[in-house]
Order: sequence, then C-alpha cells, then structure tokens
Amino acid sequence: MGDDTDLLSFFAGCDRAAQRPWPRYRLSEGQWLDLATHLTIADWTLLGLWGDGDEVHVALSDAQSGEMAVASLRCRDRRFPSLASVRLGALRLERAVRDLFGLSAEGSEDVRPWLDHGQWPERHPLAAAPAAAGTSRRATDYAFLPAKGEGLHQIPVGPVHAGIIEPGHFRFHCNGEAVVRLEARLGYVHKGTESLMAGKPVAAAAKLAGRLSGDSTVATALAFARAVEAATATEPPPRAVWLRALMAELERVANHLGDIGAICNDAAFVFMQSEMTVLRERVLQVAGAAFGHRLMMDRVIPGGVAHDLAGESAAGIAALTRELRPHFAKLMAIYDGKPSLIDRTVATGVVRPDLVRRFAAGGFVGRASGRAFDARKRPGYAPYDALDFAVPVLSDGDVHSRLMIRAKEIEASLGLIEQILARLPAGAIATPIPPTAGEGLALVEGFRGDILAWVALAADGTVRRGHLRDPSWFQWPLLEVAIEGNIVADFPLCNKSFNCSYSGHDL
Amino acid sequence: MWKTLARNLGTRPPAIDAPDLEPAHLAELAARLDQAARKRLGRSLAIREVDAGSCNGCELEIHALNNPVYDLERFGLRFVAAPRHADVLLVTGPVTANMREALERTYAATPDPKWVVAVGDCAGDGGLFSGSYAVVGGVSAVIPVDLHIRGCPPSPVELLRGLLALVDMNSRKG
Repeated sequence: MGDDTDLLSFFAGCDRAAQRPWPRYRLSEGQWLDLATHLTIADWTLLGLWGDGDEVHVALSDAQSGEMAVASLRCRDRRFPSLASVRLGALRLERAVRDLFGLSAEGSEDVRPWLDHGQWPERHPLAAAPAAAGTSRRATDYAFLPAKGEGLHQIPVGPVHAGIIEPGHFRFHCNGEAVVRLEARLGYVHKGTESLMAGKPVAAAAKLAGRLSGDSTVATALAFARAVEAATATEPPPRAVWLRALMAELERVANHLGDIGAICNDAAFVFMQSEMTVLRERVLQVAGAAFGHRLMMDRVIPGGVAHDLAGESAAGIAALTRELRPHFAKLMAIYDGKPSLIDRTVATGVVRPDLVRRFAAGGFVGRASGRAFDARKRPGYAPYDALDFAVPVLSDGDVHSRLMIRAKEIEASLGLIEQILARLPAGAIATPIPPTAGEGLALVEGFRGDILAWVALAADGTVRRGHLRDPSWFQWPLLEVAIEGNIVADFPLCNKSFNCSYSGHDL
Repeated sequence: MWKTLARNLGTRPPAIDAPDLEPAHLAELAARLDQAARKRLGRSLAIREVDAGSCNGCELEIHALNNPVYDLERFGLRFVAAPRHADVLLVTGPVTANMREALERTYAATPDPKWVVAVGDCAGDGGLFSGSYAVVGGVSAVIPVDLHIRGCPPSPVELLRGLLALVDMNSRKG
C-alpha cells in the first residue's frame, strides 16, 4: 500500500454495510489494525469515533478525493485497538466510548474516565447490558496530569464560572503569571442525549439534536436531518434546502457577532461588546419575525423545514443585510484602529498549523491556523454548490486571526443571505420521511465548524442509534495548547476566541 | 469610535420599555417570598447565573439581558461573578447528575436571604431530557425554587418579566 491509496479503494475488500451516501465497512480486527497502520502514512482525516452496541465506528475522510467512509469493528472482549496514537482527535472520543459503552481502547495512553464522573446510577449506560454503578466515586475525584517544578502552583476554576457561561473545570498549573499547563475537565453537562434519541421517532430525535448545543441549533438539526434523509433516501423540497441555508447563515452571523463582541470585552474594550450585542439582537429579532423563533429552534426537521418564511420577512432579512454591512465594517475599522486592543489579541493564544491539522480542528480555530477545511465546500451540500462564497483562511493562529476569520465569515454570510433571498425557489417546505430502516451520515458546517451526524434507523423508522459529533471535540484540546506560556489574565481572551461548546461536547 | 459615541448620545437609547408584569409570576412569588427577606433586599438584586446542564440556549437569551436593548441594570438588577455576592440564583438546564453537587455547593455558598429562579422548560421538570440516566430532573429536585420562567428558551422579554416581578414583589410593603 502506498500513501496515495484513496480511502474507498483501501476498504475495497471489506464487508460493506448499506450506509448512505458514503459507505460503511465492517472490518475484522486484522483489517482494523491495518487501518491503524495505514493512518500513519495516509492523509485521511478522522471525523468521528463512536460506539454502537458492541461495535465501534470511525468516520474518515480523504482530503484528496473528498470521499468519506465509516469503518466498524465488532469488539471481542469489549476491546478495540486504539487509534489515538495515529489520530490525536480520537483520544477523548475513545474515553467517551468507554464511559458510555464499556468498550476499551487498547493501547491508549489515557484511560481516565471522561464523561462519567461517577454520578450516574449505572456504568456504561449505552451498552446492551449496563454495569452496576459500583463503589461510589466523588465527583471531584480526577487525576489531573501533573506539572512539577519549583514555585509552580495550581489554580482550579469551575465548573461554575464567573460569567454567564457553561460549566466545565479548568486546572491551571502556573509559574507566577505564566500558564505552564492547562487541562480541562469536561462532561458536567452530559445529558445522555444519545440514549434519549434511541427508540424515538425521527421528529422527536431531531428536537434533541437541536438542543445538543443551543447556539448551533440550526446546524446540528440540519446535520441530523441530512443523516436521516440519507438513511431513508428522502429528497427534501428545493425551497426547504434553501431556507435551511438561510437559517444556517443567520445563525452563523448572530454567533460570530456575539463572539467578536465578547472577545473585545475580555480585552476590556466594552464599547465593541455593546455595539456587537445590539447587532446580534437585530439578527435574532429578524430571525424571530421570519421563522417564529429567535434561535430558529425546531425549524429544521427531517424532510425539510417546519416554518416557511413569514409574509414580509424576506424584505426584513434583506433590510437587515443592508443595515448590517456598513455598520459592521465601521466597527471593524474601530477594532483595527485601536493599538491597545490589537496588542492584546495579536500573538496571544497561538495554535500552530501542524497541531490544527493533527486534530483536524474545524471552523475558525482551523481556518485561523491555515486549515482551509469547510464542509460547505467539501464534501459540500446543497444549496452551497450553487452559491458563490469564499472561505477565509489565515495562518497566524492567534486570537486576532480567529477574530478576523469570524469578521470575514460574517461578510461572506451576508453575501450568501442576499444570494439565497434572490434565488429562493417556491414550493413545498417539507416531505414526509418514510418509515424504513437505513443508515445515514452527514457533515454540516456550523458556525463553530463541521458537525458530524450518524443515524441508524430501525425497520419501523425510529432511531436505533443516533450520534452527533460537535466541532468542539477537536478544538478543546487545542485551547490547552493555545494558553501555554500565556499569562493567566489572557485565558478568558483565548477561551472566548475558541468559544467551544460544553453541551455540544458533553452530549 | 468617538463619532459613534457622539451619535449615540444624540439618539434615543435602543432600550425597550419595561414589559408588563405577568400575573402568574406575581402569584407564584407572593406564595414564596417572606416579608423579612423582602425588606432586607429592597429593589436592588444581585444575580448569579448557574448553568446546571442547559444546552446553552437559555444562556444566550440571559446574555441578551445585558445588551443595550434590554439593559437589565437600569432596573437595579445585575449579574455578579460569585454566589457569595448574590441574592438570586438564576438556574438553567435539566440538572445533570454531574452538576448536582456543584449546584448544591453554589446554593450553600449564597448568603440568606436568597431566591432561586429556574429558567427554561428543562429547569422545570427536565424537559426533553427527563428520564435520562444522566439527568436528576428540574432545579427543584435539588434546591428550592421560588419562580419558574418557562420557555425554550424564554425570550429576553419573558426573562425580564419574571425578574421584574421579583423586584416588584420584593419592594411591596405589607
């Protein structure tokens, strides 16, 4: 095998399952080990890794051909060979698989529990036969990686934070003001979302998908809907496809506006926060008037959308883009003209391009460090193939770059919204999902990055197993790198520039 | 920036008028708030927000209360960084098993008299997440709740209504 083998030909001899639109292969343990070996030389991206009964699935994509595939291994003795040594992004996913399914990644360097804090009534709750909870573990018991040296001290932060943000624990090892090591402990908002999806009709499961991470409700519901549509070979009506993109771009603009304001606020420039929150509020009000919900929750459903663009609201959205563009440009000129602000954001929280590639981090985290990946372009999905937009890429990987990627994406999204409004097809907004068995995979670009959705439907059309991989899984570990060597006071700034999802990650 | 600030000075602030109070909120509070507590806290309340398991949707709308359109501080309400400085805990989410202890400890760290406002449908009874192995239930399954603001998520206006009802009840005499 050479390193130019493309993904699908690598799996040519494997047993193929009926997954759409990309194939899934059932591997023997030997084939899985071959895959692990080949990953050391292949330029394939790990998109996700999740459990399913006594099987473990890994989703991969081939950057060259743009193809995707899922490889599955049925675990003997509840073990599978770890992929974390060849794809770092798999490390925490494998820990989650063990917590939820009791399937252990053999050879992994990190076998600490991740989502399971010892507080659930049972262990391995998603396994066919969950285990008894056993001896109770205190919620605070966790072996943080040590940092040793003269004068080092620890700062524990969270899970309840000072701001209005989600819960998680950050453990800093510091030398005076400088951060020597940061380690995050997550899982506090684990709600068992995937266990609740099982056995539900797709419409009910879609509501749960829309609440994986509230700020990405449109994008996550879209990823789930596309996976269901792939599984059932359903084609949503053209108007629905375009309305989904309209909502997704409004969501992107609203979140990026909020993030830019919040980053500036953490550099003590409150003016920008105040102005940006007013713009964000305008977007949410227009979205609320157009789709009947400010965050557009439950508007994207399997088969289409649940809400047509109300009456005059297309004109309202058009007016919003006209108003937003010059106002936003003026604010960005102010950002650009404040040396004391730029001094805080430039060269702060740097993530090197090679690390972003190794973790396959998407969204503004990836694109600020030279990784051009955007799921709207590749693998691509309708209607973006028919729309004209640029994907901004920068290479410095600092807070400033992540902020500027957002700024450029806001401009691009405003352009997309105008194109969508100009070409919005007429017709139905939803088509029924036939109750049938099937497996589907989808990759959708949320504001934070690419969201993977995988669904397996039972013969009666209910969800047998649904899995959602939030972009934050591959971004959280990089935050720990970004803060290294920076001062503690810059942590909020770095953290905000990442704005990873806790709920999306914790499932 | 100075131009923007000067222009803002010359125009009407973007803030909306205070919304009308919800009789249901007032009734819920009347049954809960004791007279002594009302007297001591008056019209100025410090709020500590606690996400006990939410999807972050409620946090987005709670955040919006601080923007110049809703401008919560003009009503005497402000968010504080620590439970020790708080009069009110604003709690979102179905309470997850993994957040239960943190919520209990935050409640214990809040000085008396204190009130708890549960925000969002999930904070009521667990909402869509009730029945999960990882969810304990609504906020009242862990700490006593004085007011529940419904919605998924409640809009900033709905949040404002609930919080203003709290201030209103608190400043009533007799």
